[in-house]
Amino acid sequence: MDPLSLKKLNALRRERRAAVLLTDLGDGRDRVIREGDTVAGALGEAVARAFRSGRSATVEIDGRSFFLNVHLPAPRLVVIGAVHISQALAPMARIAGFDLTVIDPRTAFASPERFPDVTLHAEWPDEVLARAPLDAYTALAALTHDPKIDDPALLAALKAECFYIGALGSRKTHARRVERLLAAGASSEAIDRIEAPIGLDIGAASPAEIAVAVLGSVIAALRSRGLVAKEEAA
Amino acid sequence: MSEADLQSREGDPLMIAEEWMKSGRDVAIATVVETWGSAPRPVGSHLVIDVEGNFEGSVSGGCVEGAVVAEAAEVLADGTPRMLEFGVADETAWRVGLSCGGRIKVYVERLG
Repeated sequence: MDPLSLKKLNALRRERRAAVLLTDLGDGRDRVIREGDTVAGALGEAVARAFRSGRSATVEIDGRSFFLNVHLPAPRLVVIGAVHISQALAPMARIAGFDLTVIDPRTAFASPERFPDVTLHAEWPDEVLARAPLDAYTALAALTHDPKIDDPALLAALKAECFYIGALGSRKTHARRVERLLAAGASSEAIDRIEAPIGLDIGAASPAEIAVAVLGSVIAALRSRGLVAKEEAA
Repeated sequence: MSEADLQSREGDPLMIAEEWMKSGRDVAIATVVETWGSAPRPVGSHLVIDVEGNFEGSVSGGCVEGAVVAEAAEVLADGTPRMLEFGVADETAWRVGLSCGGRIKVYVERLG
């Protein structure tokens, strides 16, 4: 591998940008392709397919063997609300391999004592998301019950096309939320993407059980509907 | 996202390879490029090896890493990439096999 390719690839990965390392298995030469870069011909089609599916593969083109190694950003989970459910969700999500961030402007909730070893921001979601924008490789769970805190984050998640968006609250609460989001300019198709009530229907009662249900939904979205669905549709 | 999030990707073989390279170590990179059957690690998985035989990452569940590390020493010595194949079908060619019954192809190359 060319050392420059490795540096370039790792730099893109640090920036949460999708990239493919293309290696010619005949002569060992490689190059880094960023998502959106133009690659001509059959190779370009294979590269596009790799970005869509997230699956690395060896392809044969014109009698030559190429290996396409796809590097998609690690799935991330942003939780709005440093609430009891989030305290259970944080360690579970970490074990399941998600980069987790908890955001809550209420400093009494968002304290390091309640969230040891968690990336925690005691700020309004808008402030944090302006610095670290959401993306298609991020899931968002809004858990505060407070429209002032949840709604701006939900709107940002819809805009960024997060692969999973869920919001805590009963059907009645959600109906009022839908009204507010429509008034804020979100389309009803987009709003339909919000899972509410949040989480898999497993009869979860305690905060920890609800955390399991939420994480289950996030994983289901990651492995089926979300990123992979794009491939199936293509 | 933040620096803290990135650091949570500790143990990432390609990040480790870059660190090793910066500290002046010769590094080989092994990559799973094809799998058949129930292979333990998906296509694209990496094992990185230095000239002293230190390694990070994995290309199998531990079944063939030893053989890959040995081959990496040759690759580091002559700079020529090699394609290795492991699996039950190749028991005569290779001393090691995948106990799960799968087959994998591993590309081993020198960094630089």
